[in-house]
Amino acid sequence: MSSQSAFEGRVGLPRWLFVPAAVGAAFVLLPLVAMVSRVSWPQLTTLVTSEAALDALWLSLRTSTVSTALCLVLGVPMAAVLARTQFPGQGIVRSLVLLPLVIPPVVSGLALLYTFGRRGLLGHTLDVLGIQVAFSSAAVVMAQTFVALPFLVISVEGALRTAGQRYETVAATLGASPGMVFRRVTLPLVGPGLLSGTVLAFARSLGEFGATITFAGSMQGRTSTLPIQIYLERVADPDAAVALSLVLVVVAVAVIGFAGHRRGVL
Amino acid sequence: MSRLEFDAAVAPRSVEAQLTVADGETVALIGPNGAGKSTILGVVAGLVAPTSGTVRLGGRDLTTVPPHRRQTALLAQDPLLFPHMTALENVAFGPTARGVSRAAARSAARRWLHETGVGDLAEHKPHQLSGGQAQRVAVARALAAEPQLLLLDEPMAALDVAVTPALRQTLRTVLADQTAVIVTHDALDALLLADRVVVIDEGRVVETGPTADVLARPRSPFAARIAGLNFVTGQWDGDAVTTPSFVLAGKPPDPSLRVGAPAVAVFSPGAVRVDQSPASASTNTITATITDVEPLGDRVRLRTLAGTVPVVAEIRPTQAANLDLTLGSQVVCSVDETEVTIYDLPS
Repeated sequence: MSSQSAFEGRVGLPRWLFVPAAVGAAFVLLPLVAMVSRVSWPQLTTLVTSEAALDALWLSLRTSTVSTALCLVLGVPMAAVLARTQFPGQGIVRSLVLLPLVIPPVVSGLALLYTFGRRGLLGHTLDVLGIQVAFSSAAVVMAQTFVALPFLVISVEGALRTAGQRYETVAATLGASPGMVFRRVTLPLVGPGLLSGTVLAFARSLGEFGATITFAGSMQGRTSTLPIQIYLERVADPDAAVALSLVLVVVAVAVIGFAGHRRGVL
Repeated sequence: MSRLEFDAAVAPRSVEAQLTVADGETVALIGPNGAGKSTILGVVAGLVAPTSGTVRLGGRDLTTVPPHRRQTALLAQDPLLFPHMTALENVAFGPTARGVSRAAARSAARRWLHETGVGDLAEHKPHQLSGGQAQRVAVARALAAEPQLLLLDEPMAALDVAVTPALRQTLRTVLADQTAVIVTHDALDALLLADRVVVIDEGRVVETGPTADVLARPRSPFAARIAGLNFVTGQWDGDAVTTPSFVLAGKPPDPSLRVGAPAVAVFSPGAVRVDQSPASASTNTITATITDVEPLGDRVRLRTLAGTVPVVAEIRPTQAANLDLTLGSQVVCSVDETEVTIYDLPS
């Protein structure tokens, strides 16, 4: 290992490569700088502690946490089945499961509405049971879970494939039941992938806008999450919108910073 | 009792073998690469499904039993220690899986780590261990699972030659009363670790017997190669073994060997004399072409081909200096009759 690293970094990159790289970095960072420069610092505390702002922040954190937990509960088994079993049509199932990654969130919102909404596929059944999902906090969680789930599945499935089955095989010959193998060998081995998937799913949930506003609407305290609040405020009160955006950026940076403690997680 | 009775086939891999391992016995499976040795271990461990046949262990039919209920621990070339656990936790894994309490599992793990000579490394993580140390921990882990049958798939093949002798001694101790099957390429492993040898070729058992017998009187080319002997098959004409290219006389064979029956002549490469041209018109001379020359400690190993029969000679460097050792050049190999053993070859 050490003999290899002794030679690392000796073969340089072509110089022209640094130009597009710098342009790309500036393209990503400049808008953030521009936004921060528009923050009216004296009013910041008042703006971010207004009732609407606190409601939105609290709702966003709560729903994103619940939807991330749901992603874990549903996504880890999905990843395990996709990575460790073979069944006819598996490729198609994988593509369909990952579909929310590529379809526009507003389309996801419509799809959810036509499934769980009052006049949707399951809406009537749910109605009879006395459950109304659309335009509730539950709808926010469902919209976030719908769009965030593929991020978790893709990370964990990749980690499972990379880890391979050799350790699991050894564990089985040592007498461990499939349940014990999964708990004590499989999950710890994919730990970094699991953590990165969780962080990605949380970040995606926190930023969710299109599916949420379509399926859940924008009622303060119930369905108006931070991104929706920012969107609503941006015309009437640009200062408040910028202040809330700053909050969202700080939360996002904190999440990535937490995950960044383990290098190579993201 | 943990007697293994294996009689199964894996059609896609052209494996169809029958073998038994007595309670407490260690059997070495030897054979060329791709002969099906690892497939047989896989079937016993439940990792490869046989297309037909049965596997019985201690009277229990294992054929449809899942791997974790077979009590057949598998030790491979690669130690495959769980990277997120310490050495101690790795070894305690098997006992825990059996339902032993945490404290009892850990004390059993300590005992086995001590037994395999790595008791002081209990708290180390796998990445802090050398290859030899890791394999010792893997041996301890396999034994701590208290398997009825231990399967070893070339356990020393990936190790530095400097550490294999010590590990071989450790295995010799721990395998003494353990029913085990070991896949190996090494005659020394077979001699020191196994009571019996089973030679596998192209998915079939081609030879079996006590280790010393198989190595002294191999009946398959592969066993001869493992034993480091030249192996020439031909026909017994009453005085010598005849092949299309040459005739070999030797020590008188068992009188039961019939004239015209297939027979084999074996001799050590060290007993072969090599000259540039026939020294005398003596018997047992073989004209051959040099195909390879390699150094071998204080000897030089010449691989030659007499017609289609390979003959290996190991000569002193001083002798080699007097020969033209260009690949493709012709030499005359001769071997004394008293150095050649002749016996029957079952067809």
